[in-house]
Amino acid sequence: MNSYLNKVLAIVGKDVTSELRSREVISSMFVFALLVIVIFNFAFELRVENKEAVAPGVLWVAIIFAGMLGLNRSFINEKDRGCMEGLLLCPVDRSAIYMGKLAGNLIFMLAMEAIILPVFAAFFNLPMFTPRLLLIVLLGTVGFVAVGTLFSAVAVHTRAQEIMLPILLLPVTVPVLVAAVKATGDLLSSTPPTTEGPWLGVLVGFDVIFFTAAFLTFEYVFQE
Amino acid sequence: MTERSPEETVDGAPPALEAARITKRFGHRLVLKGVDFSLAAGERVALFGPNGAGKTTLMRILATVSSPSSGSVLVDGIDPLDEPLEARRRIGVVSHHSYLYDDLTARENLRFYGRMYDVPDLDARIVETVARVGLSARLDDRVGTFSHGMQQRIAMARAVLHDPELLMLDEPEAGLDQDALDLLVELLREPASGRRRAALVVTHHLDLGLSLSDRVAILVDGRLVFQAPSCELDPASVRQFYSRHTASARSGRKREAAVR
Repeated sequence: MNSYLNKVLAIVGKDVTSELRSREVISSMFVFALLVIVIFNFAFELRVENKEAVAPGVLWVAIIFAGMLGLNRSFINEKDRGCMEGLLLCPVDRSAIYMGKLAGNLIFMLAMEAIILPVFAAFFNLPMFTPRLLLIVLLGTVGFVAVGTLFSAVAVHTRAQEIMLPILLLPVTVPVLVAAVKATGDLLSSTPPTTEGPWLGVLVGFDVIFFTAAFLTFEYVFQE
Repeated sequence: MTERSPEETVDGAPPALEAARITKRFGHRLVLKGVDFSLAAGERVALFGPNGAGKTTLMRILATVSSPSSGSVLVDGIDPLDEPLEARRRIGVVSHHSYLYDDLTARENLRFYGRMYDVPDLDARIVETVARVGLSARLDDRVGTFSHGMQQRIAMARAVLHDPELLMLDEPEAGLDQDALDLLVELLREPASGRRRAALVVTHHLDLGLSLSDRVAILVDGRLVFQAPSCELDPASVRQFYSRHTASARSGRKREAAVR
């Protein structure tokens, strides 16, 4: 178990160190998410009566599409100089590779969200830093990244990688996205929150299903 | 030139590699057509063959990265299908690709791979191995700033970092200067854990292949057409044999294309 964890941490450490040097992933995700928030803010000419209805959708569009940019880059580093083959030659369980890449992607997504949430709160003048809302953002992100990491590994083997990932990923993650948007909307509405409970349950359920399915199927991605 | 069966082992140890009736199909194209190959413990074999003969495909299968369409492989007596991690632990690979991350330093790259192989006393082992390839002064520089030859040196250090019993090299001479080639030959001749290291070297460099191998094998059009001990061969006859088979493979491919 220690050896397994050591290998997972080695993969995470390698990805984080690479990103700290190149800043390719987080900077592109941040710029994209910021653009989405700014454009929607002006497009909807937000007033008190409509911002609570629009804000959850804007927030999750920014998170999901910015996340897609990050996931697209996730296995590019491995593809360069044949590093994916180098990784596959190592005596390491394929699930440890999945866990390492998942943790790395999650760190990048959460870092982007940590920067974007205050900006979103300022533009939309909404209370974003409540424990429940942060929990919803975390659960939505985990579900998206769990299955996104799997499809990112699938897409990197294809020629049209950057087109293939959204085509594979978006339909599958619809349940997580719907649950995340609904739970966020219920929590941000001016009436007392009463229904985020069931949506939160749906989010947790899909997180568990997506993570388990991706964890168990990841090794088959590398079989010819 | 006499062919011989390469079944003999050193000190009664199981063969470092044993492949039986390996075939590999990509779509309709049969790239490997029933290859039987064995590499005794501590033996070094040079594998020659024209472009498109299936050398890299065979090596990827033997290195457990790719699976054969049919046939079986044993690494040091271990079936990679049953115990993939144990089989991979015994193999070190140097390929056309360096398998190194440009944004990491040489030390960080080797530390990453060392952790993946559970190398004990890793930091000392990294210093020792990088000194062997003559790049101690660049240990903390990013690999992306290295020349191709320097990257290949670090790739060699990566391949022997975990002291594997079996080294596989796929055209390792590409882009290397004479010093680096000498170093490569030295590394191949170094023992692993006190015993002679087995090696399979895929190369187009006949002189290099003959000088560092105990046995030569030639793969043409997915079949092993020739195997013989290197000491019984002279470079001229191998070159002649190799050229004849390369020419016949080329004309075969032309015929195939014309039929299509």
